[in-house]
Amino acid sequence: MIERFLGWLGETSWSVALLESLYVWPLVESTHVLTLGLFVGTTVMMDLRLTGIAFRRVPVTAFTGRLLPWTRFGFAIMTATGLLLFYSQPLRYYHNIFFRAKVVVLILAGANAAIFHAGAHRSAGDWDEDAKPPRAARIAGAVSLAAWAVVVIAGRLIAYNWFDCDLQPQPAWVNRLAGCGVGAAGAE
Amino acid sequence: MLEPFFRWCESTALGRAVAESVWAFPILEAVHLIGLCVLGGALLVVDLRLLGLGLTSQPVARLARNARPWLLGSLVLMAATGVPLFLSEAIRAYYNTSFWVKMCTLPVALTFTFLVRERVARREADAPGATGRIVGAVSLALWFTVAAAGRWIGFS
Repeated sequence: MIERFLGWLGETSWSVALLESLYVWPLVESTHVLTLGLFVGTTVMMDLRLTGIAFRRVPVTAFTGRLLPWTRFGFAIMTATGLLLFYSQPLRYYHNIFFRAKVVVLILAGANAAIFHAGAHRSAGDWDEDAKPPRAARIAGAVSLAAWAVVVIAGRLIAYNWFDCDLQPQPAWVNRLAGCGVGAAGAE
Repeated sequence: MLEPFFRWCESTALGRAVAESVWAFPILEAVHLIGLCVLGGALLVVDLRLLGLGLTSQPVARLARNARPWLLGSLVLMAATGVPLFLSEAIRAYYNTSFWVKMCTLPVALTFTFLVRERVARREADAPGATGRIVGAVSLALWFTVAAAGRWIGFS
């Protein structure tokens, strides 16, 4: 059912035009990649503070209050360009194991951020100036760093077709993870 | 005149090893991208502040000092991954306009960052002046050009 919807989506005229465009798709993708510097970059700087590794004399609330809006702005651009990229080839991304991994880790990263903001950050006034924030904050920072590194790497590997469904035979585990609709004949 | 040098680059053991490996180029590129993220963050923390944005409650000098190891480290990482990436397709790079735009802008960006921006960041008063704003803007423009040209290499 999802497949049918995504198949239909990929055949809409705008999807086709986007994929076949000379400059629009490259510009959307370039914006997506370059905005990483803004989005992941500011996230990394804040996480370095949260883990107590760097910027130790800068209050944490300076980061969460004044730098985070830039991070959110970057996230908005990442989301908009990301959705456009997905829209250009919905089925291909849907069946790409790196894309699937990226989405899963994205959700984890989001959950980590939500937990931090609802939890440890509420008491930030108490430990704002501490060089070494409380453990919950340090863990949130470390998880964030790891998660976004995985997202970036997985995102870069999406472009490679090593595990594509239409390149059978693939190992059974690939077909399972990628949701390739092949019977025993297609699997190894 | 340069072309023989670029041919030699592509013939190096490292260049050929990366070119012939299925995994090496993607992994190197992914790490190059991680470096880009850290570089972006390290630059933005200071450049936003120079523009009177972001961490405005903090002295510029402190932010620059704190960000410096990450600025240097990420640049080293990008060079360490960038060189093998280049070696693996040196001839293609030679004939690529974006490559030359990037490689000519990069030394300008580096020089500007370490000779001008560092000095201004150390001296800048806490309220951003015109100098600080110009320096921040030029820094972002230069590094954006390097990054954009770098990305466009793959499209041309």
